[in-house]
Amino acid sequence: MSMSVLYDAPGPKTRRNSAIASVIGAVAILAGLTWVFFILAAPRVNANGAEQPGMFDPSRTDILSDPQVWGAFGGAVVETLRMAGVAAVLAILVGILFSFGRTAASKWVRIPTSVLLEFFRGMPLLLMILFVFLLFSTGSYWAGVLGLAVYNGAIIGEALRAGINSLPKGQREGGLSVGLTSLQTRFIIEFPQAFRQMLPIILAQLVVLVKDTSLAYVVAYPELARTIKNLQNFYGSRYLFTLFAVGFVIYLVMNVTLSYIARYAAKRSGPKLGKVTPDNPKVPGAEGTRAITMPRGRSGYRDNSGGGFS
Amino acid sequence: MDAISNAIDALVSITPLYMQGFLLTLALLAISGVGAFVLGVLIAAMRISPVPSLRVFATVYTEILRNIPLLLVLFFCAFVLPILGVELDFFLLAALGLTLYTSPFVAEAVRSGFNGVPVGQAEAARSIGMGFTQTVGLVIMPQASRMVVPPLINVFIALTKNTSVAGIFFVNELFKATYAAARDNGDVVVLTLVYAAALYLAITVPLGLIAGAIEKRVMVLR
Repeated sequence: MSMSVLYDAPGPKTRRNSAIASVIGAVAILAGLTWVFFILAAPRVNANGAEQPGMFDPSRTDILSDPQVWGAFGGAVVETLRMAGVAAVLAILVGILFSFGRTAASKWVRIPTSVLLEFFRGMPLLLMILFVFLLFSTGSYWAGVLGLAVYNGAIIGEALRAGINSLPKGQREGGLSVGLTSLQTRFIIEFPQAFRQMLPIILAQLVVLVKDTSLAYVVAYPELARTIKNLQNFYGSRYLFTLFAVGFVIYLVMNVTLSYIARYAAKRSGPKLGKVTPDNPKVPGAEGTRAITMPRGRSGYRDNSGGGFS
Repeated sequence: MDAISNAIDALVSITPLYMQGFLLTLALLAISGVGAFVLGVLIAAMRISPVPSLRVFATVYTEILRNIPLLLVLFFCAFVLPILGVELDFFLLAALGLTLYTSPFVAEAVRSGFNGVPVGQAEAARSIGMGFTQTVGLVIMPQASRMVVPPLINVFIALTKNTSVAGIFFVNELFKATYAAARDNGDVVVLTLVYAAALYLAITVPLGLIAGAIEKRVMVLR
């Protein structure tokens, strides 16, 4: 709904007022940011009277010229993406399996799958990673990958199921009537359409997955967040702020880029007929805490996942 | 029989720890839920306001917080804020971090709720001569608020699961309790984990059911 419908086109007076408000707002925000900057830059006095240099002091930022630090950050990004990549592929496979189970004709398959799905969606990813780590002694890499794959797979599975449900009934009937078996109909006719229908949601979930790799921190996998902590332990707390700032920027660049790619891909190859695109959500706010705004199909796809750490 | 009695012993011994953790998790959920709601509505209001600078600020705020892992936000609150002179205990810092992290998601849910009201509704209200206040107050708001509830509940479900991250930052909530229990009860690790999962599910599953039920009612009305 465009907000302009709500009121008349602004006249000269309203336009002037809103321009003034805009300038005042901008000045207030800039003043706030400047204040934060000076607070950060100012030296601090400890409780014991010792003075600490400000956050932008050379003694806090000199590690940035150390190539080893950048090597560590580079390695961390590689580790993060390595985990996210494998987990993403597995999550889609798990999602397909789940959506199969949930749409199965036999209730002996359907009901246990649903229970399992609720279980995986309702518990924190952090707990799940710990679960895998402790129970299957997989090592930290696979604990992270499997935890992410199952958790996100459950969410992708729900999305795929919603996609299948939102297809016109005739699609399945058509497949069956030309002599395909039930399984063939699923694979050849329903799945490709459902996948395309739900591509925006799946891509958004994969962006969330990248963000969630940070939780492998808990099993000491050396991804980006853990690397910041390790570097801090190595170089000393003095550099905490600097290291944090670098990690912050890396995450931001990485995730914004991925979100952008996901949005673009969803726009290019997502569902046609103006159905579900990131910019045109069908159901308000169904995204929970996803990275990109996503909608849902006709079928009442309920997302109580929220992508966790997303 | 020995294994069973072992398990029961462990169950009895970890229950106080878990209950304390569960209560802290609920407290985190309540505090940061309310905080994120207030902040989120504010951000949403800024985002749809006619003042461009506020809109830009709200957009940048949303994009930054949505693209940073929660772990990093809490990291900032727990370790960097104290350097900057904020002296709160870890519980309050974690609650602050969860509030900040959740607020843009609340804002998006609220905003999209407003966007979900068909344009025709506003047009109809305007065409019978209603002013801005009447259009929003009598026509848009009642519909939007109803549509906002299910997505908001979804945000709170995610928040419930997110509180577990606070356990990494010295808050003795349920995840931290689980970590300790799993470490101390090596023989019944499965039990400790399933117990914790059940407590989390006790919050998230009912919330999900409520969201589903409300959604169904809203959908019928639409």
